[in-house]
Amino acid sequence: MKRNRLLIQKLWFSVLGLSGLIIAIILFALVFFVTTRGFRVINWEFLTAAPKDGMTAGGIFPAIVGTFYLTLLAIAAALPVGVITAIYLNEYADRDSRLVQVSRKAVNALAGIPSVVFGLFGLALFVNFLHFGVSILSGGLTLAIMILPVIIRSSEEALSAVPFSFREASLALGASKWYTIRRAVLPTALPGIFTGAILGIGRVAGETAPIMFTAATFFTGRLPSSIRDEVMALPYHIYGLMTEGTHPEQQAPIAYGTALVLLVLVLGIDLIAIIWRYRSRKMKKW
Amino acid sequence: MKKIIEVKNLNLWFGEKHILKNISLDFESNEISAIIGPSGCGKSTLIRTLNRMNDLIPETRITGGVLLDGQDIRQEHDVVTLRTKVGMVFQRPNPFPKSIFENVAYGLRVQGISNRREIADRVENTLKAAALWDEVKGNLNQNAFQLSGGQQQRLCIARALAVKPEVILFDEPCSALDPISTARIEELLLKLKISYTIIIVTHNMQQAARVADKTAFLLMGEMIEVGATSQIFKQPKDKRTEDYITGRFG
Repeated sequence: MKRNRLLIQKLWFSVLGLSGLIIAIILFALVFFVTTRGFRVINWEFLTAAPKDGMTAGGIFPAIVGTFYLTLLAIAAALPVGVITAIYLNEYADRDSRLVQVSRKAVNALAGIPSVVFGLFGLALFVNFLHFGVSILSGGLTLAIMILPVIIRSSEEALSAVPFSFREASLALGASKWYTIRRAVLPTALPGIFTGAILGIGRVAGETAPIMFTAATFFTGRLPSSIRDEVMALPYHIYGLMTEGTHPEQQAPIAYGTALVLLVLVLGIDLIAIIWRYRSRKMKKW
Repeated sequence: MKKIIEVKNLNLWFGEKHILKNISLDFESNEISAIIGPSGCGKSTLIRTLNRMNDLIPETRITGGVLLDGQDIRQEHDVVTLRTKVGMVFQRPNPFPKSIFENVAYGLRVQGISNRREIADRVENTLKAAALWDEVKGNLNQNAFQLSGGQQQRLCIARALAVKPEVILFDEPCSALDPISTARIEELLLKLKISYTIIIVTHNMQQAARVADKTAFLLMGEMIEVGATSQIFKQPKDKRTEDYITGRFG
């Protein structure tokens, strides 16, 4: 009887261990396949030149630049709005009020909307209704709306992790609520807020659907000169290479090379967030 | 001795719970007054009424009045000036995750003081007054969390002193500290009463006996007895006070 129970425990532990192992294997396999198929095309020209010869040669520089601008605009738009919303929800609003409950539910619902729907919404609102056209502006704002829930949630978590005793100490010194938030609460919450923002950047850089109708173009020989220009972008470039064009067998390796660049970028950004979080946790002593 | 704070027929409710029941009590300047009583008797709530920290708790209802220098703290003082006149030190040391210097300077910056020289002078003087200067003068830019618990609590005292309050409220300031750190805080309290009025809440009766000039005994939201500390501990008038200080309950 007793041996039996031990056996069952061992069995379950191995099942748990195995599922952890499977995740690691999947990640490893993904990185392995993309790397082996993509690394051959990667060289200095690939990273710094524009595509040429009908997308069968040259590089992906315009796509790297496009992804950089889109990501930058998205985070610049989403971070302030997200942090202010989180401050309102966490510090000011009455937790039981109708408005807060509706806002919270809206944030959660927004997080669950498929990204292609954001793309269509961006097309309707920014491209057509506001006449921004297919542009960095439209695409960046569409991406911003998409990552807003991520930023709001992580900011809220960071704010609520600030001990109440800091707020109490500040208020007891005669500070106003807003001064307390600015000087005692926000600085303490900042590492957490930035970690959320960096993870948001990683997510935005890799999204295809929200930008395909709002910002991205399969090919443009020149770099964007204004926020109203359309751009190439890494994820959309991969999509384009695999679905359009006339030389699929020459385009596929380029697509894998692009995927490798995107993967390194996104994982690199996530790594920065992980290191940052680790360091700020180590410094935390309350 | 001049009355600096007068509590008159104070009642306080959190929602339906009647926490403080018709309390009347005066605090004189340059004295240490101790409030003792078992856990949950309302002693912390009482001193948190004096700087209106209870305002932070929703559904608080108060009747009766508290006068500071003869003026009602709810009507004639705005909460910001009230809290600069009535400072507070909390149960657990709660420095900000900033440098030692910035912790003490915080209240000065709240008041809009930006002259560097003035801030530096006041930080130094305040740290001296809190008996912490000699230990930290070489590393004012160090994070406050590097200090020991007792040093952190003295830093919190310095932070409260920096804005030059008239009264300082101590809410069980030694409950998280070891005996040596506690002794240093008590020594500091006795020094501070020369320039400040001190009100201390403590569940440690020996502490009240050691430092306080006057002691008030609270039980279940009622003030049972108040008097000179020696009288309260040697000849309590009320049977309940006697039972409490002799350790029969609490």
